[in-house]
Amino acid sequence: MKNKTNCSAIEILNLSDEELIDLSVKNVLSLSLDEMKSIQFYFRKLRRNPTDVEIETIAQTWSEHCKHKTLTGIIEYTEEKYSKKIKRTYNNLLKETIFKAAMELNKKWCLSVFKDNAGIMEFDAENGVAFKVETHNHPSALEPYGGSATGIGGVIRDILGVGLGAKPLANTDVFCFGNPGIKDSQIPDGMHHPKRIVKDVVAGVRDYGNKMGIPTVNGAVYFDDGYMANPLVYCGTMGIIPKNKIDKKVNSGDLILVVGGRTGRDGIHGATFSSIQLDQKSDVGAVQIGNPIVEKKVLDTMLKARDLSLYGAVTDCGAGGLSSAIGELGEKTGAIVYLDKVPLKYGGLAPWEIWISEAQERMVLVVPLKNKKRIVELFKKENVEAVFIGKFTKDKKLTLKHNGHVVASMDMSFLHDGISKPKRFAICKIKEEKVQKSIKMTSVDLSKTLKFVLSDLNVCSKEWIIRQYDHEVQGQTIVKPLQGTDIEVSGPGDASVIFPYTLVNGTKRGIVLSNGLNPSYGKINTYKMAASAIEESLRNAVAVGADVEKMSLLDNFCWGNPNNPEILGSLVRAANACYDMSKAFDIPFISGKDSLHNEYSIGGKKYSIPPVLLISAIGVIENVANTVTMPFKNDGNKIFILGVTRNEIAGSVLAKIKNIKDGVVPVVYPKESKEVMKRIYKAINNDLIESCHDCSEGGLVVAISEMAFAGDKGVKINIDAIRIKGRLSVAETLFSESNGRFIVEIIPKNKSKFRDIFKGCVFAEVGCVTKDKYVIFESQKDKVKVKEKSRNLLKVWRNTISW
Amino acid sequence: MKKVKVLILRSAGTNCDYETKTAFEMCSAVAEQVHINSLIENKDKIFEYDILAFPGGFSYGDDIASGKVLANEIKNKLGDKIKKFSLSGKPVIGICNGFQVLVKMGLLPEPKLFKQISTLSYNNSNKFECRWIYLKTEKKIKNESNCIWTKNLPDIITLPVAHAEGKFIPLNFKLLEKLNKNNQIVFRYSTRDGMVPKYPLAPNGSVEQIAGICNTKGNVFGLMPHPERYMFALQHPAREGFAGKYGYGKAIFQNAVDFVK
Repeated sequence: MKNKTNCSAIEILNLSDEELIDLSVKNVLSLSLDEMKSIQFYFRKLRRNPTDVEIETIAQTWSEHCKHKTLTGIIEYTEEKYSKKIKRTYNNLLKETIFKAAMELNKKWCLSVFKDNAGIMEFDAENGVAFKVETHNHPSALEPYGGSATGIGGVIRDILGVGLGAKPLANTDVFCFGNPGIKDSQIPDGMHHPKRIVKDVVAGVRDYGNKMGIPTVNGAVYFDDGYMANPLVYCGTMGIIPKNKIDKKVNSGDLILVVGGRTGRDGIHGATFSSIQLDQKSDVGAVQIGNPIVEKKVLDTMLKARDLSLYGAVTDCGAGGLSSAIGELGEKTGAIVYLDKVPLKYGGLAPWEIWISEAQERMVLVVPLKNKKRIVELFKKENVEAVFIGKFTKDKKLTLKHNGHVVASMDMSFLHDGISKPKRFAICKIKEEKVQKSIKMTSVDLSKTLKFVLSDLNVCSKEWIIRQYDHEVQGQTIVKPLQGTDIEVSGPGDASVIFPYTLVNGTKRGIVLSNGLNPSYGKINTYKMAASAIEESLRNAVAVGADVEKMSLLDNFCWGNPNNPEILGSLVRAANACYDMSKAFDIPFISGKDSLHNEYSIGGKKYSIPPVLLISAIGVIENVANTVTMPFKNDGNKIFILGVTRNEIAGSVLAKIKNIKDGVVPVVYPKESKEVMKRIYKAINNDLIESCHDCSEGGLVVAISEMAFAGDKGVKINIDAIRIKGRLSVAETLFSESNGRFIVEIIPKNKSKFRDIFKGCVFAEVGCVTKDKYVIFESQKDKVKVKEKSRNLLKVWRNTISW
Repeated sequence: MKKVKVLILRSAGTNCDYETKTAFEMCSAVAEQVHINSLIENKDKIFEYDILAFPGGFSYGDDIASGKVLANEIKNKLGDKIKKFSLSGKPVIGICNGFQVLVKMGLLPEPKLFKQISTLSYNNSNKFECRWIYLKTEKKIKNESNCIWTKNLPDIITLPVAHAEGKFIPLNFKLLEKLNKNNQIVFRYSTRDGMVPKYPLAPNGSVEQIAGICNTKGNVFGLMPHPERYMFALQHPAREGFAGKYGYGKAIFQNAVDFVK
């Protein structure tokens, strides 16, 4: 790269359409022709060419990453079902689905919805909890360690930058990778091996998260070859914030203070490059370099400054760097920035590089003049660099100066509202799903299949990952990601609960975190994928004791190229599912993020990833003493299945293993499910439930086996007692992934009280916990019996990923 | 009654200071998080406190080696004061990164010597390990150790560990013998029945399964496991506790607070 220290004008006034496109591609602006023409039009009015600083500023501000152009743009949508066509135009898909549901539900305990760096819901009378999940896919594909580390570093700053700053309490991580067992010869040229990506992504999250002292308590990993060249890395952070620190205030005359890391050439074009397909030529310089200790120091000191009310607003430097942060803060006032005052890692940066660099660990604070001295002293005391670089004005203009020269001068209104709305076409052809040919299995087949499913990459233990994360730092993780009755055995917890006793004196309340993710359903039906992910996230939370009436959701879309109408159509369907389910469950979305253009090219051919909607759920629990874990507790206790099992095999782990092409994807029945969830909460609070586990990937047989080996117990299940709807073989009953089901363990004497609570719901007693440590599933009717040692199943579950 | 005052020393990268503070507070002490810069500015402030705690974390990112940079900083800028405090017999504890700091500045195994003669190195698994383990208390082997922090604990307790560099290695066999002879080895990793464990119950491969040591006098104590993360039963994976609701960590912090009183 050439060392440019000055700014230059970019010829745009007299360019043809073709030349405008060339300019956009050459400078990694990721702007469309319409957008380039809007810029041309604006500068023709000013009768001058833009500077490089100006054009880069516009590109960052208008990037898909910052502006969500697709989801807020115009979409002409056509849905085809049984050769009937329905057309609909969306002027802003987000506002007409997910956001609309939140507005209609209008929960008074939602304190900040879709407007700040994170969503905030009420924790108690004085505090709120903030939650945000981000994606860092493109960087993690190029440089997995740095990509994932700065992914977690970035979302932590979102939490520091919400309101006047929240204190982070927990992290979550969800990954989608290619198959780590793939042969080297099958890896496309220039791509990393999936196993290398897995190891480095985990190491990145581990090193950053652990050093920040934030426990990583929840997550999921999904393996599919569709993510080989374009892995997905979701990072989330939850924090606690006093209610009186939620509002930001920017006044004309306030000073701009940049705090934390220095600015360098790392992460140039991060925001804009995320809208471009990956290939061998992708520039690794777009990936940022992280230093967690610098961020930890910022966290420690900034929250002190917050509590002393030394600043009026804050935001993080994320995508687009200072350009986005100051552009946002100064939107209503205007701002002037002296770029030569920004502390640099090294010399030689051009003004535009300083302005858009995504160097890490930087926060921008808005400081009233009177606090100028005090705030800098506070940071200095703990060796944190804090430098004033400009101030907010009254002129509603963005002015940038470098060594006395004006290098940019634009109207804030053009920067924020000058973008033309793109129009895209979307189409969705809904296919009919047919029940597969009946799946028959002998006792031996069933045993074998159970072990195959338990050892499947998407079901097996993720202990290798979880134990590298310090998931107990801060001492508040009272429902853990791995749960075992004994220290030596463990099973997968459904959700984690954080009990913030070190921060909120005398509290009994807890915060539950969970997620739902089902890309295999999305390959067939994205509506059902979205609905199932929402329900799964809720079930996971309810299984540990969450109150389903006090929950909020986050959406994270990772999709392929939205210029392809079918891909965009599948996204519209998923967004509609979010609206429908949010309304039906009466649970709002409070924040979200989308990452589109997850597309890569191999040998000139383009591939889009299988679409993924990650749903993250957060809830407040009234009393942490009333939470439960999933391992079976005592011999002789009774086992109940809540909910009904349907013949829903499509997209299941069984379908993958047995290569079954037909089948129905699990449907969500929100009314039935919510009723069960409400009553579980009641039963847990009446101390009637000993253990509870959500039933999802792999079906009943997996959920029950996990409860047995996590408790180091045996279990005997009568398959004939399971409540089913429609025709199901034994195999279909055991491996179907129908929504709405939970397994619970009850002390025999509590049975009648338990039955009273669930009167009117579908449920059945199906067996009991035994002391012989064998897992037994038996059907007298079909004369089949599965019998396996509990410890053996634990071994099978643990062995797949043990590196 | 006199309130026992605890200094929780923090620096860049400290991250277990809140829960350590709360742990002492749960034992009715008054605890204060103090940044090392402010202690260096006013060195004698240390003598206003009854107990000194070095909490867990990644001081200065554990660059060079875990705890090394902070150990040097303390030794060079606060060495005399820290030594004097320790020799006065007041309780001092180093947990996880804090233990690494104590060992690397040489306050352990012997503050009189104040020289590094042992280390904590990378786990045998070469991985960060976050898990619960069993500990055999010295009482199980000998009658009682001098350690004021671990009085009245049962033979076997459970605590969580979370570290990548926890393998304790003494300089030589002579030192190991001495530590044994003087009852300075307070905790060893163990099985549930007090037997020698294998990985993962032996999480790091420490020499003689050493998990925590104290000085000969018994007031300076360092350990890799985290007692501050097990103050009450809900924090245990199976939610077990002693006396119905407490964690073993509570007993450890209470011992020190009671000692001062």
